[in-house]
Amino acid sequence: MMKHLLLASLSLAWAAALSSCTDQRSHSQAVYMLVDTSGTYAQEVGKAQVIINYLLGTLQPGDSLAVARVKSRSFSEKDIIAKVTFDNRPSQANVQKRAFKEKIDAFVKTVGGSAYTDITGGLIQGSMFLNETGAGTKTILIFSDMQEELDKATIRDFPIKLKDIRIVALNVVKLKTDNIDPRRYMGRLEAWQKRVEAAGASEWRVINDIERLDAVLGRS
Amino acid sequence: MIWPGNAMASALILFAIAMPFLYAGRKVVHDLFRSIGHMIGGPLRLGARWLFATARDMKERNKAVLLAHGKEEVGQLIEREFERVGALVTRDLEGYPALQRKVLEEITRVEEDYKKCGEVPPPPPDWVEAVAAISKIKSEHSEMVKRILEEIKRSVESIHAKTLDEYRRAYESRHKILNGFMPFWRSLDKTLGQVDKKLTGLQDTSQKLDAQMEKYEQINKKTDKAEHALTVSAFTQFAISALVLLIAAGGAFVNFWLIARPMSEMVGGNVYVGPLRVSEVAALVIILVEAAMGLFLMEALRITHLFPRIANLSDQMRRRILWISLTLLVILAGIEAALALMRDMLIADDQALRQSLAAAPQQVGRADWLRDIPTGAQMILGFMLPFALAFVAIPLESFVHSARTVGGAALVMLVRVAGFVLRILGNFVRQMFKVLITLYDVTIVLPLLIERMVKSARGGADVELGRRAVKS
Repeated sequence: MMKHLLLASLSLAWAAALSSCTDQRSHSQAVYMLVDTSGTYAQEVGKAQVIINYLLGTLQPGDSLAVARVKSRSFSEKDIIAKVTFDNRPSQANVQKRAFKEKIDAFVKTVGGSAYTDITGGLIQGSMFLNETGAGTKTILIFSDMQEELDKATIRDFPIKLKDIRIVALNVVKLKTDNIDPRRYMGRLEAWQKRVEAAGASEWRVINDIERLDAVLGRS
Repeated sequence: MIWPGNAMASALILFAIAMPFLYAGRKVVHDLFRSIGHMIGGPLRLGARWLFATARDMKERNKAVLLAHGKEEVGQLIEREFERVGALVTRDLEGYPALQRKVLEEITRVEEDYKKCGEVPPPPPDWVEAVAAISKIKSEHSEMVKRILEEIKRSVESIHAKTLDEYRRAYESRHKILNGFMPFWRSLDKTLGQVDKKLTGLQDTSQKLDAQMEKYEQINKKTDKAEHALTVSAFTQFAISALVLLIAAGGAFVNFWLIARPMSEMVGGNVYVGPLRVSEVAALVIILVEAAMGLFLMEALRITHLFPRIANLSDQMRRRILWISLTLLVILAGIEAALALMRDMLIADDQALRQSLAAAPQQVGRADWLRDIPTGAQMILGFMLPFALAFVAIPLESFVHSARTVGGAALVMLVRVAGFVLRILGNFVRQMFKVLITLYDVTIVLPLLIERMVKSARGGADVELGRRAVKS
């Protein structure tokens, strides 16, 4: 009897130790990519597709990925083009990646330009999605010129929360006005940096060369 | 500051004021320094002595263990040699009566044949002398004598021819007998060669046995020579087994990478235990289980003796363990082969996905049989490596046994070095405090000089007083 009790307690202890040791979330990554489709920037969507494909090739089973568009008002689930949390089995994850790619391909074919650019709304939506995943590393990629333009009715001038989220601005192209006065470009990036750092972001980076993306998405 | 703006002068004045006090406290300070020196140096020296004594004890213990182990090992060797000799004697000497009979029969036959060869044809008859006498008769003028002689000649010639024929026939038969000797000689030579070979083998084994017995005696006498030989042997075994274990670790590493990836299909690719993925842990566990099964297999086969409990089991039970471990090993090997196949399929799937993501044109496929080579090789590797890993038990046993000696020797060395360092430190501390005492005296050299002068003056006065006292 005592022997059985001892065995049972040992098994329980082992199971408890194993469950406390196994950690599914802390090692996973979650990436939320915002694709600017406003005005002339919508032409750059082909480059965004390359980045998404790169992400699909890099992310591992258990990771999460979502791609959302930035338009006049972006704080909406409807703006999420595709989202997925990859299965733990690599073969199943590959099937999901193929389906994701098909969705993105369909989006790229039908994308149209919007009148305004609501980056802040997209960031808030992205942070909510990332926090829900509970991933260890959370990243928001903003594929945009970082020029926010809001209509009069849209309110975004309030503090936002991006705690423990890395923000990476991709392909921040220079506008015509930036070429006239480069300080505008610098000032725009500095303003965004201040804003996201104030929001509690763990990192702010600007990457215009897509080849350097691996440095950002490398597993810690 | 006593002298404002002049630190040096202030310090000198302070020193001058302090000097009488320093002189007054000289004995106390000396005692203090000596005490501190003893207080620190004493335990250090004591510690050093204790460490040296411990090292001696450990060396003795190591020696005892080494000799006991060596005795057991040589004893087993002798036992095995005796078994071998026993088997040799049983196998070879059992057949000796038959062999002896065969040799004797062959010798008898050869002797008989030899005797037959020795029979010479009968000597020429006595009438030869009569013919010789008749031949001396003069026959020049007698026709009759001539005829008689011619008749005799004819008869003699025919008899001679007949005798010669008989003689030749006798030699021919003897040659035939001699020719018949050859196979018997060859057989005899072969049999005797076999006997010689077996006896030489027996002699070699007995020489080996002698050497082992001598070694055993040396160990029994606990001689330094035996200890040295066993230590050297242990070090060699340690190095060799460590090398083989390293090679086995390389094999295990290859095995690990072969199954770690497909294991993620079973246990998930993103579940972690600490810093390791569960799939990697599972792969590692499978490899370790294989090694354990190999260990039991070797134990059951009595090749290794790491578990006395298994060695002491009955033959039937041992055979059961053998079959169980072998079956599990085969199953695990089969699983590994399947995982290796799955790995190949996963890699192919990944490559296809990457190609579709890169929108690159599909690569021109190689011939089917060429694509199958790596797959087949991986499957064979997956199946073979567990069996190869099973043999790790043999070097592991050597490693474990020799590690006791090597580790013990290293520990003794370490303790000795620690003891040496402590002794050096103890001496250093004592000498340092002696130097401090001297330095203290240097600082109060002025009062000390005065003291010496006063003492010498007093000494002179005392001597003068003594002389006067003697005179009076």
